[in-house]
Amino acid sequence: MDFLIFQVPMLTLQATLDGVLLGILFALIAYGMALQWGVMNIINIAQGDLVILGGYIAYFMYLWGIHPAWGVIVSPFIMYFVGVGIYKLVINKVVDRDLFISILATFGISILFMQLMNFAFGADVVLANSGYGTTMLFDNSVTLPNSKIFSAFISIIFAIGLVIYMKKSKLGRAIRATAQNARAAKILGVDTEKVYAATFGINAALCGVAGALISITFTIHPYMGLPYTIRSFMIVIVAGLGNLPGVAMSGMGLGVFEEFADYILGTEFRIGSVFLLLVLILVYRRFKLSRKREYLK
Amino acid sequence: MKINKIILSFISALALLLSTSVTSFAKVVGDKIILGSAISLTGKYSSNGVHTQNGYNMAVDRINSMGGVKVGGKTYKFEIIYYDDESNPKRAAQLAERLISQDGVEFMLGPYSSGLTKAIAPVTEKYGVPMVEANGASRSLFTKGYKYLFAVLAPANLYLDVAIDLAVEKNGGKPVKIAQAFEQDAFSQDVRLGILEAAERTGSKIIIDDKLPKELNDMAATLAKVKAVKPDVLVVSGHTKGALTAIRQIAEMKVDVPMLAMTHCDAAKLSKQHGKNSEYALCASQWHKTLSYKDKFFGNGMKYAADFEKEFKYDPPYQAAESSAALLVFKDAFERANSFDKKKVRDALAATNMQTFYGNIKFAEGGQNVDKPMVLFQVMCNADGSKCENKVVAPTKWASAKLIHPIPSWSER
Amino acid sequence: MNKNIILYAAILIFGLAAPFIFPAFKVQLSILCVLIVLALTWNIQGGEMGYNTFGNILFYGLGMYLCASVQVGMFFPLAEWTESGGEKTFVHTPEQFFQGMAMGLVVAAVVPTIVAGLIGYSILGLRGHYFAICTLGLGVAAGEISGGIEIIGAGQGFTTPPFPDVGSLEARGEFFYFLSFMAVVLTFITVKSIYSTRFKLILNAIRDNEDKAEAMGIQTMKYKIIGWMISAFFCGLAGGIMGGLVGYIDSTDVAFDGREMGVFMVLMAILGGKGTLWGPVIGATVFHIFKEGFWTFFLGWQYVALGVLIVVIVIYFPEGIMGWLREKYPERFGEVVDEADRKAQVELK
Repeated sequence: MDFLIFQVPMLTLQATLDGVLLGILFALIAYGMALQWGVMNIINIAQGDLVILGGYIAYFMYLWGIHPAWGVIVSPFIMYFVGVGIYKLVINKVVDRDLFISILATFGISILFMQLMNFAFGADVVLANSGYGTTMLFDNSVTLPNSKIFSAFISIIFAIGLVIYMKKSKLGRAIRATAQNARAAKILGVDTEKVYAATFGINAALCGVAGALISITFTIHPYMGLPYTIRSFMIVIVAGLGNLPGVAMSGMGLGVFEEFADYILGTEFRIGSVFLLLVLILVYRRFKLSRKREYLK
Repeated sequence: MKINKIILSFISALALLLSTSVTSFAKVVGDKIILGSAISLTGKYSSNGVHTQNGYNMAVDRINSMGGVKVGGKTYKFEIIYYDDESNPKRAAQLAERLISQDGVEFMLGPYSSGLTKAIAPVTEKYGVPMVEANGASRSLFTKGYKYLFAVLAPANLYLDVAIDLAVEKNGGKPVKIAQAFEQDAFSQDVRLGILEAAERTGSKIIIDDKLPKELNDMAATLAKVKAVKPDVLVVSGHTKGALTAIRQIAEMKVDVPMLAMTHCDAAKLSKQHGKNSEYALCASQWHKTLSYKDKFFGNGMKYAADFEKEFKYDPPYQAAESSAALLVFKDAFERANSFDKKKVRDALAATNMQTFYGNIKFAEGGQNVDKPMVLFQVMCNADGSKCENKVVAPTKWASAKLIHPIPSWSER
Repeated sequence: MNKNIILYAAILIFGLAAPFIFPAFKVQLSILCVLIVLALTWNIQGGEMGYNTFGNILFYGLGMYLCASVQVGMFFPLAEWTESGGEKTFVHTPEQFFQGMAMGLVVAAVVPTIVAGLIGYSILGLRGHYFAICTLGLGVAAGEISGGIEIIGAGQGFTTPPFPDVGSLEARGEFFYFLSFMAVVLTFITVKSIYSTRFKLILNAIRDNEDKAEAMGIQTMKYKIIGWMISAFFCGLAGGIMGGLVGYIDSTDVAFDGREMGVFMVLMAILGGKGTLWGPVIGATVFHIFKEGFWTFFLGWQYVALGVLIVVIVIYFPEGIMGWLREKYPERFGEVVDEADRKAQVELK
């Protein structure tokens, strides 16, 4: 336990700002998960691995001398097709089945991806240098790397863009219709198969954006996916499906929680505290629901 | 219950399968000496595992092409059986057992990382199989009284304690304030022990003592604290990801410390990935190519580095060099023992006293190499930061450049 | 009935004789036994009760740490044993070793059972995928947190007491083999006996429709917790044995090894056929042979193979080996099939 953070007010501010910027990034990944969960009732354990794969795309652009920020444009394009490919190969066979089947199947995909990325890119930790500087506040006592601000900004743009797309475009309306009632949508002439593929593709594309941003701000590594999956799962169950402001809020909340846990408990318990928080939230939710059930009785 | 029949036939099939797969290898086949090794080809240590494997292979090829090993008037060649231990201690112990009892291997080469070596050492010890390892530096390996374990490297607690001494020296002999962050794994925690001892010896105070998770990619919290308390030395160790993350965030957060000491800088290709941002980082290394050790197989460090680069297309980190040295030690011991008896080879290994391109090798009672000091190098760049190099700065005997201390603050860089 | 006795006797004799017939495979066989125990216990949850858990690894890891800690702590100060990576050497006498092991295994089995009972009410109230993800979180959190606790070695790992010098070189392997074989026999007998009681039917009722079961007056929560406690008991035991066998405990890689053991136990049970008595046994055996036979020669590709294997099993083979056999030879499972009806069904397909 370390309470230095409360003794130095600048550290509290630093942690909060770091947490919020980080949380916006988490929220973007979580938004993708909420989308596919809501539309096709699939929990994708490989979500985090898609993020890391997106990160590698940006990293390779960086290696070839292109500024990694362009990865934000290129990576979602490639990832969209990766997502559609995964859907055609695996996901379409588990869409109507038990949820546990989809969890296990995507777990398999996750292991497969981790290892293929290990072969393709090596197990080295890599990062793409954006060369963006640092914003310093309060006489250098609070620092905000511009790359983090950039990431948060891009995440917000993509999220807003997607919301508008969902509202206005034909495909977006078809996706929303399918989420509401797949059978009714089918009867009314929506090609649900196509909608599912597109949904999974869009989810993968969002992961691609997030991955590119992570490779600019942090480091990437083939085996780092699972914590991102768990985080996005957690954000989604706290916020509920199809509640974008909620996803953004709980994303930022999680980010701030993590930063504070980092300072107070020590960095070694960071991942542990995220997973523990997940358990606590689920248990809390269970008691809340069961009270509701009793009330109904 | 007809199902019984199925199960019975299933069991007999299993029995048949087991009995047909009898041991097919032995320690020495024809003119080959078979060595066994579990190596991390997948999982979190796989990049360093590959360095280790490349180092082994390079030495095997070199020794075989330069006449092999002469035992009892006959020439033998080395061959290595590799298994993938998946960076997992449980798997490593299981594979060591498998190499020894199923494949009949009688001489082992070490895996990568202290944790895995810790898992394998009890197995080799039980069977009395000599193991020369090049990548398990944890000090606790050498205090257990293992008789068949030999390490060509210096123990982990010696990695960075020199840096503390240097800092104290530069501080005019007065104690310093130390901030440290170490990954939660056997190796880094042992480096930490060395720092704790050095701090006690010099009367220095440790003001931040953080631990980093294994899935580390963000250490902003530690660095923000460092910024707030302003220590004289910042020590970070967490394999390659620790080094990379630390440099990135130190540069982004503009953390000013007079001295920054780390491990795994060369394996992380720090100067290549970070360029000028990594300048002035002080790194512990078991070996550096500019050291003037010699042997007849690889010549000297520079030649080794050139040959390695030609074969594997990258500059050898010390993990590869020390692995190659392990094979040289084995060859030397076989020739002196003039036998393939495990006990005799073990005794010959214990009496090793030789020089290789990697350094002098002489084993202490516990099996660690006591004849080779650690070196510290500092990353130094030219003016525009286009080319960064690792220059040895300590100990003074090997130094090719002068330590730059304190590190200039970010506003001046 | 007669045939059954022959079968069990044959297996028992095979099991007892195995380490002497295949001395080189003792450790492999011990690991197989541990895997069978894990698959059998997972099947109580995932197969019979329909609660697909990724969290049994929690009890396995807990058992592993507890067994080793008790074995050390009974005779020496635990903190000094693990201090600075286990530098100090304490030597167990043979009596101390075996006493410690026995006591350790008892604790390793009992404490996880109690833990399962305590957290059961909160966790087992979750349904479906919420339960699956929650237990996944439990396992990972346990691993991460135990990796930060100094007294059990934290990041440096925990070296379990080395086997004392008794008997020949083979003694250690034989000891652990018989220990794990005993665990399998014990688990199998327990599971088999509870599968022939009303308890199993209740578990199945929970699986098929929990709300209806509740409406029929079954206190589902009570039975769910009991089922979980039984699993925890044997998982803890298996963990304790495995800890001694491996000799080195690392928090995330050996003890709370969700990425390997946690997934393997699910996979083995599904491969063999969940919801059957023999399925997990067969699944574990096939899986282990596949793994040891081909795995080690893949040099890295094994995880690709594992990923593909999981996907293929889950999508195309969700009923497992036993389910496939049952469909193919229903009469052997004591099911009476109307031939005409079956043909009609095949034609329909």
